[in-house]
Amino acid sequence: MIADMMRNFELYQPSRMEDALALLDRYGKDGWRMAGGKDSLDWFKDRVKNPKAVIDLMGIAELKGIREVKDGIEIGALTTLTEVEKHPLIQKQYGLLATAARRVASPQIRNAGTLGGNAAQDARCWYYRDGFPCYRAGGNTCYADTPEAMNREHTLFGADRCVAVTPSDTAPVLVVLGAKMVIRSSKGERVVEAKDFFIGPGVDITRMTVLEPEEILTTIQIPKTWAGAQFFFEKIADRQTWDFALVSVASAMFIKGGVIDRISIACGGVECVPRHLKVVEDIVRGEKQSEETADLAGQAAVRGAIPLNYNHFKVPLMQNLVKRAIRSA
Amino acid sequence: MFDQKELRRDPVPAEQAENRSMSALNPNISRRDFIKGVICSGATVAAAGYMLQGGQALAAASGTVERLVSLNVNGQVRRVDVLPNETLAMTLRYKLGLTGVKLSCDRAECGACTVLLDDMDFYSCSMLTHSVRNRKIITVEGLSSPSGKLHPVQQAFVDELGPQCGFCTPGQVLSAVALLKVNPKPTREEAALAMSGNLCRCGAYDHYLKAIMRVAGGV
Repeated sequence: MIADMMRNFELYQPSRMEDALALLDRYGKDGWRMAGGKDSLDWFKDRVKNPKAVIDLMGIAELKGIREVKDGIEIGALTTLTEVEKHPLIQKQYGLLATAARRVASPQIRNAGTLGGNAAQDARCWYYRDGFPCYRAGGNTCYADTPEAMNREHTLFGADRCVAVTPSDTAPVLVVLGAKMVIRSSKGERVVEAKDFFIGPGVDITRMTVLEPEEILTTIQIPKTWAGAQFFFEKIADRQTWDFALVSVASAMFIKGGVIDRISIACGGVECVPRHLKVVEDIVRGEKQSEETADLAGQAAVRGAIPLNYNHFKVPLMQNLVKRAIRSA
Repeated sequence: MFDQKELRRDPVPAEQAENRSMSALNPNISRRDFIKGVICSGATVAAAGYMLQGGQALAAASGTVERLVSLNVNGQVRRVDVLPNETLAMTLRYKLGLTGVKLSCDRAECGACTVLLDDMDFYSCSMLTHSVRNRKIITVEGLSSPSGKLHPVQQAFVDELGPQCGFCTPGQVLSAVALLKVNPKPTREEAALAMSGNLCRCGAYDHYLKAIMRVAGGV
């Protein structure tokens, strides 16, 4: 049953953004930003992460809610996945995001988990999660990239000491939709494109996003660029509920007279960041939406993949998912 | 298990804190104006009240949490001493004696600890009790009427022989109640999706689904 109690920490539940930022400044690396808490509490129970202070952000009203703005929509980072999934405007114009949100974990987790928390979540490599002193945890070994390691869920691309993948279902969607991430600290605000928000081990091996310890992701802006496009999302996981994607694909296309006019496509679960498939976009743009085009796209998508010992299956899986995305079925 | 530890720490210097607590009361009144007002009216009793409120406003403004909290559980307000790192499942089960809340995986992966917060289903093992202070909590104990009459979902679970070992049942019942609240006439697929966050190791999923369809009038 209960393996461990969480270690003690100071709990803060600020209701104002300034207070939260001041607390993050005060505690620095000893502070922990908590949103829905679904991942945070697991870390604490496993006693792998032991912050001195936990700053629960869920009381800050300005971080929640979905607003229609001139150029698209703005989603507060702490809007729950259920709210995202059920929102009429998101369903109508940005159905890709609603579909992906609905595929996250389980209903109870979606009721509590937030869009910002889902997008910015940490790697799911179990060596890392179990507290092994790996590169990502600040050590000097990768336990997943050895001949006998269990690396069925790990990366195909961009390995750099660490071979973990992005576990998020919404992250590839945010990249596809060209979302902008609004980040605030006590020093001010900055806006980062979703494709730059996620970072691989080559940039910083100890984190998955550009968020600094004293920063808070406040808003996710989705421009109108892909509103009402033809969307495709598919997530393959061992289980339909709870599980993280082995490979997922998200795409948005505008088709004119059977020809792919504009396209944006990305895969999850194959790299530490959502893999934006620019090469596929270049190949299929201006081509007929056909089996042949889909074939070519699939082949191009997996070019350069370097599987580990146990995840060769991901290559044809990714290839087929991209194929299905292009022919939209 | 529950280590006692110093819980409150003054987060800001006293002088600053006082100013902040004042501004929390009314942003338009400066500290000086406030004191003048108190002296002029001679309202010492009222002042005492304000000072006490000031203390609470300080806690709310900086976001530190009080140990003693009021929880609205099954229609009753329960006062309970809660640690900062205490999950709702621990509070409900071990401090308030609501053993219908089952602790199984303790990792938001099984659904045995499901409770309703404002009529939505949540895993109580993976929420801090402090984060549900202002919400209406319902456990399986709060579903039946005071006379002991079962909730329609509970009755349907009995009629359809839902539970086998029964361990997951409270969670299953509450997930079903949450579903029927937002979607009183679900299709079987919708019901299956809504119930997908609750595991049943006896494999009585079909019985539970049938029970939900019975409540929804779909049998």
